[in-house]
Amino acid sequence: MSLQLDFPAVLERWPSFLAGAVLTLELAFFATVLGALLGTLAAVGRGTHNVLISGACKVYVETIRNTPLLVQIFLVYFGLASLGLKYSAFTVAVAALTINVGAYTAEIMRAGFEAIPRGQIEAAEGLALSRLQIYWHIILLPAVEKVYPALTSQFVLLMLASSVCSQISAEELTAVANYIQSDTYRAFETYIIVAVLYVILSLVMRAGFWGLGLVLFPRRRRLGTPL
Amino acid sequence: MGGHLNINHLMFLGQGALWTIGLSLIALIGGGIVGFVIALARISPLKSVRIASAVYVQLIQGTPLLVILFLGYFGLAAIGLKVSPLVAAGASLTLYVAAYLGEIWRGCIQSVPKPQWEAAEGLALSRTQRMVKVILPQAIRIATPPTVGFMVQIIKNTSLASVVGFVELMRSGQIVNNSLFEPFAIYAIIAVTYFAMCYPLSLFSQRLERRMGRGRSNLAPA
Repeated sequence: MSLQLDFPAVLERWPSFLAGAVLTLELAFFATVLGALLGTLAAVGRGTHNVLISGACKVYVETIRNTPLLVQIFLVYFGLASLGLKYSAFTVAVAALTINVGAYTAEIMRAGFEAIPRGQIEAAEGLALSRLQIYWHIILLPAVEKVYPALTSQFVLLMLASSVCSQISAEELTAVANYIQSDTYRAFETYIIVAVLYVILSLVMRAGFWGLGLVLFPRRRRLGTPL
Repeated sequence: MGGHLNINHLMFLGQGALWTIGLSLIALIGGGIVGFVIALARISPLKSVRIASAVYVQLIQGTPLLVILFLGYFGLAAIGLKVSPLVAAGASLTLYVAAYLGEIWRGCIQSVPKPQWEAAEGLALSRTQRMVKVILPQAIRIATPPTVGFMVQIIKNTSLASVVGFVELMRSGQIVNNSLFEPFAIYAIIAVTYFAMCYPLSLFSQRLERRMGRGRSNLAPA
């Protein structure tokens, strides 16, 4: 066995790596925003008294959480195709990732909602706040604040999971790596570089969420509670 | 192309499902052993060991499993180590699972109430005795529900081994699909099969968690 690493031969493809990393971040961004919305809706749905709605939300959450993302991506990809709908790989990837992360977000948000003391809601009702005000100020924002660390970890995991989208030829970072390694025959170097890029991306995302947390939840900053 | 899903296809898928379970067990046992070492290393009295294990966890948790699998499969082949898909997938999953289980278990060990550590120290037990006789028996109880829950993640993640040519459930589905070309039906069957493997574990983990929650107050050394 002779181990001769030749990183320059692979690193000269840096524009491709960069483009892949940017697309990975784009995928993660859209899926995070849409998944947060979908997950919050599903969490609210599970808490309603309407058995039909809460049942449907439960089925959604449990189905997604107990099947692999790879299978979900293929189902969305071929499902849309069998309906005669043609979308780009990027759109399909965002849709599949959104459906996936929505289920995990729903569970995290539900934990957040359950952590809101009933007394606070009763107090808000006593102060004659409207239902919408109660939902926003008393339930949603404090719940998000409570589960913010878990949420952000989930979104970083989503960014890493987006690598699976390489299998439906979305041109993100892992797909770029597959292409470069088959072109240069430098598999070890290529995947080491890509692994490092993913580590950097996850550190960047963590730092970004940490900063966002300081802006969104000034109370935490005042109390000096670590995020 | 052509033909319908018949008993042979289903047998093939069943075989794939068995390999999914087999690979999951390999990942659980291998990852469990390495993960236990990682968990102990993370709380080691030696700073260098703590740092090294923390770096390992950060690197693995910051990298997608798919990339680790490619490194294990194509990477090792490229430097002259020809490995079979089973070895590549088993080794990659072991390294991956170890990082996550290590962190889960570290949390469980550290969540054993502080007085228990102090009492064990007060009884003049050595560090090993403290761990084996006082802390670990309690940590195992705390660790059981999250570990069962994580087994669901392991089973789902073995589907990625299909990408390096390991014929588990997902890959056998792709192979069947190549001859029938009915992707939606076949992947739906695959999804249902994964669900049937994972959902009982999820329910079991939830039940254990609820029982733990009730029994937390009389948490006695086992």
